[in-house]
Amino acid sequence: MRPFPAKLIIILLLMALTGLFAWAILSLPLNGTSLRTQVFANIGHSGVSNPVTAVLLNFRGYDTLLEITVLFLAVLGVWSLGTIHIPDLLQPAGLFLMALLRILLPAMMLTAGYLLWAGAHAPGGAFQAGAVLGGAGILLLLTEVRFASTIDWWPLRTLLSAGILVFSGVGLGSMALGGRLLEYPRDWAGILILIIESAATLSIGVTLMVLFVGGKPSKADGTVSMKSTGQREDKT
Amino acid sequence: MAESMTWSQWLFDLPLALVLLWLAWRLLSSTDLFKAVVLFIAFGLLMALAWVRLHAVDIALAEAAIGAGVTGALFLSALKRMNSEQQKLDDGENDDERRDV
Amino acid sequence: MSVSILYSLVGSVLFSLGFYSLIAYAHLLRKILAINIMGSGVFLILVSLAYRWPETSPDPVPHAMVLTGLVVAVSATALALALACRVQETTSSAQLPEDESD
Repeated sequence: MRPFPAKLIIILLLMALTGLFAWAILSLPLNGTSLRTQVFANIGHSGVSNPVTAVLLNFRGYDTLLEITVLFLAVLGVWSLGTIHIPDLLQPAGLFLMALLRILLPAMMLTAGYLLWAGAHAPGGAFQAGAVLGGAGILLLLTEVRFASTIDWWPLRTLLSAGILVFSGVGLGSMALGGRLLEYPRDWAGILILIIESAATLSIGVTLMVLFVGGKPSKADGTVSMKSTGQREDKT
Repeated sequence: MAESMTWSQWLFDLPLALVLLWLAWRLLSSTDLFKAVVLFIAFGLLMALAWVRLHAVDIALAEAAIGAGVTGALFLSALKRMNSEQQKLDDGENDDERRDV
Repeated sequence: MSVSILYSLVGSVLFSLGFYSLIAYAHLLRKILAINIMGSGVFLILVSLAYRWPETSPDPVPHAMVLTGLVVAVSATALALALACRVQETTSSAQLPEDESD
């Protein structure tokens, strides 16, 4: 721990920083500009009626595309850091958790589907639905240990990249049809947003599940794994 | 800013704000990491309440699911991995000492 | 004092609390917790500034930005936790080494 005078200086500086933030916030004008008027003027053309979904998927669609890419990059980073021996991490669950899973898992999938559908006109959308799916996947991982070894299965890995592929596919497709990148044709905007959100939901759910495992699962017959010396050694 | 708060808003928002600050201080200064992670999950759920008070319902849903749920699970999983690593190292050291004796 | 000022002040204090914990404690997991608290503070400031007109609906653009930020924060936390576990595996300690030259 740092010596006492250094801690005191840091605390005083941080209090000054907080004061600076407070002064900046309190000196903002009462009715400043906002983008509300532009959003609500154009929301009829966006294909959805929830303003947050319209901003996320239509007006600022590029940011959302990059955000889904960041999720994918996190999986790449976590998988390249080392392997996990699954029986070390997860243990067979007790009776209560298995019974709970039987009730919770269908309810969570239904909730995810509802949130995805309701994102067009009410609070909801792809990220919330994907997060509920991710939670369901984490519960499944904690309960059924055999499920964890299927993380390496290729359909699951395809789903990891499905969100980015569909989103950029729609964006490039609209460029091919004569518009700019991610400029959806007006009549098709609602349907396209639903398609993109469905792919993104599945992708986000699987990504969160894979991030929970925390590494590439090592195969059951024992292949390479990184030990603490950083050298590769084969498990025999 | 907008108009001043009514007394009913004060009744709800001020305790919520104070509990958020107190919870953040407790979880950051706690030396027991398991307790810190559990307090972090509680902090995430209270943040979801704060989002609802600010009329940001989409963010409230996302914070409850991602911020509290998934991040909490990630922390607990990492904590378990670190503790089992530490356990293996401690067992290794104990074996060495026994052999020396 | 309106609702938005109260929550933005709470956000600023959360940011400073998180910042102090980030630089004061050596254990990696506590640093990652501190970064998450700082992120929550920043999001609070953003969203409460978007709430400035309670008569009408709030500004949706900061809401979308905070939603993006939340998802990016969880992916950064996952990567940071994997890195912290690797640091512990390779150096057998989950704390950053104390700087002897101070």
